[in-house]
Amino acid sequence: MDERDVADMDEIKPPKSQTGIIGWIRQNLFNGTFNSILTVITLFFLWKTVPPLIRWFFIDSVWTTGSEACYTADGACWSVISNNIRFILFGLYPHDLQWRPLIAIALLVALLAYSRDRRRWRRSLFYIWATGLFVMGLLMKGGLFGLENVDTTRWSGLPLTLLLSIFGMVAAYPLGVLLALGRRSRMPAIKSLCVVYIEMIRGVPLISLLFMSSIMFPLFLPEGLTINKILRAQIAIILFTAAYIAEVVRGGLQAIPRGQYEAAESLGLNFPQKMRLIVLPQALKIVIPPTVGILVSAFKDTSLVVIIALYDLLKTTQSVLSNPKWMGFSSEAYIFIAFIYFICCFSMSNYSRKLERELGAGERH
Amino acid sequence: MNDTASEKQPEAAPIIEIVGMHKWFGDFHVLRDIHLTVKRQERIVICGPSGSGKSTLIRCINRLEEHQRGDIIVDGIELTNNIKNIEKIRAEVGMVFQHFNLFPHLTIMENLTLGPIWVRKVPKKEAEETAMHYLEKVQIAEQAEKYPGQLSGGQQQRVAIARSLCMKPKVMLFDEPTSALDPEMVKEVLDAMIELAEEGMTMLVVSHEMGFARSVAHRVLFMDFGRIVEENEPEAFFHHPQHERTQLFLSQILH
Ligand SMILES: Nc1ncnc2c1ncn2[C@@H]1O[C@H](COP(=O)(O)OP(=O)(O)O)[C@@H](O)[C@H]1O
Ligand SMILES: [Mg+2]
Repeated sequence: MDERDVADMDEIKPPKSQTGIIGWIRQNLFNGTFNSILTVITLFFLWKTVPPLIRWFFIDSVWTTGSEACYTADGACWSVISNNIRFILFGLYPHDLQWRPLIAIALLVALLAYSRDRRRWRRSLFYIWATGLFVMGLLMKGGLFGLENVDTTRWSGLPLTLLLSIFGMVAAYPLGVLLALGRRSRMPAIKSLCVVYIEMIRGVPLISLLFMSSIMFPLFLPEGLTINKILRAQIAIILFTAAYIAEVVRGGLQAIPRGQYEAAESLGLNFPQKMRLIVLPQALKIVIPPTVGILVSAFKDTSLVVIIALYDLLKTTQSVLSNPKWMGFSSEAYIFIAFIYFICCFSMSNYSRKLERELGAGERH
Repeated sequence: MNDTASEKQPEAAPIIEIVGMHKWFGDFHVLRDIHLTVKRQERIVICGPSGSGKSTLIRCINRLEEHQRGDIIVDGIELTNNIKNIEKIRAEVGMVFQHFNLFPHLTIMENLTLGPIWVRKVPKKEAEETAMHYLEKVQIAEQAEKYPGQLSGGQQQRVAIARSLCMKPKVMLFDEPTSALDPEMVKEVLDAMIELAEEGMTMLVVSHEMGFARSVAHRVLFMDFGRIVEENEPEAFFHHPQHERTQLFLSQILH
């Protein structure tokens, strides 16, 4: 092929009907009779449902009124949220002191935002988090520096949900990795211990673990010794999530070719070095999507603590709805907490995709 | 015999000594009564049909495989079942694999500095200088910040050679380093190995590259069914093979 041919080929453009908005619509919505019919039906349903929803949501809705106005309004009664926002978010936490959990949450969000950037993952970040967590704990519990002591039985609402889920994930992840390594260990005792643990935990629902931790576990403790109720639920959540993480990580470990182990060994790396520097970075990266799936569902599963009478976000909302004044407006209230859960879970999966992209940069297999 | 092979005849204690070694995979007797002494600065090429145990033999030398009978002594240390610091020996024995086995999540530079930094405890800066030196040697310095997946097979194998060299090993093992490569890339890898040979590196190479064997090897071994069937100097080996099986094998690979 000579140069002129190449030049000619470069200049041929795709036909007009393939590009632009018209081209896109034709290609994606009206390619063939069947798809055209589907498109029309879909448009019809959207036209029937979206405008009324928008009206209910925004136009006919009331936002800051009392409950009486809600009964006469045609649209949504967002007043159920605005009137009870402090109880929904902070529950039984002393009313005058609710600025403390508020600051704690703001601090948490700031820390998370700061840690988004992978270039900041240095040793200093660890100390920043340690300090941040200490300050958050201090704000929640008080009892030092003139802050009034607040008993943990009054911790509730959003702070409780975040506490259970974030500590749950942060502790479950390394535990799960250790369990996965243990399950692949050549030492039979360690291996079977891990297998039994993982399979037992995966064999029971989280609810039963929570029940066990809150009702059965204290029976085994010596008289007079009690372990904080939140802590017990926290441990149940950690143990539960770790078993699932372990299985996902095991899958990642299996995907690493023997050659990687052998190359690491032939350089003279010892077992911990080989795992930490070569095997785990690759294995954990492969399993980011399923891992985040587990973390997201662990986050949502924290709402199960209502059954052992912890006042998490879901429970505080239900309490508001049990007030006769607000009884009829559960849709609005649940939409609101669904929105909060969605924001959290969506940020998690969004971040995982970003992380995956960054870690995959430059690699090709 | 050519110049490179005759210029240095090594004197000191052997770097590798294998005496009456046997290995089984389950019931399968893969290596039978292996005797092999590799002197310092000696270069040996091992050939033989597929499945004859060539890879297993050199993998036993850095204990990627365990042997069951006989002795293997590397740099004066016997490889036994309860050996404590096998990592120490492995650090002295470089290994280049058929499929390169670079670490895909690390850049070329990180691939090269990992061993020196973590095993030899060399400061990072010094390790990077050494790495650059060897990358220049295998003519690939401009790729230092890339990832292995962005390199061609021939380039990856040269990186793998450089990675082993960064550990300053006393002996290098090569397991069919060119057999996974496209034909046009074989030469660049062989050239790097020839240069290494000319500097006096002790090398044990599993390869069917007869030109390479002729120009750098002191000895060529022929393996079949887990035994070392024949060994000789390259010229004698290729021109006057003694055993029938060697003759058959050579006639097959030389056409
Ligand atoms: N890990 C293993 N388990 C069982 N058999 C093996 C294993 N590795 C290699 N073998 C067998 O041992 C024999 C020798 O293998 P290998 O040393 O790789 O041969 P070569 O490198 O000469 O082609 C082959 O028959 C192979 O199938
Ligand atoms: Mg082989």
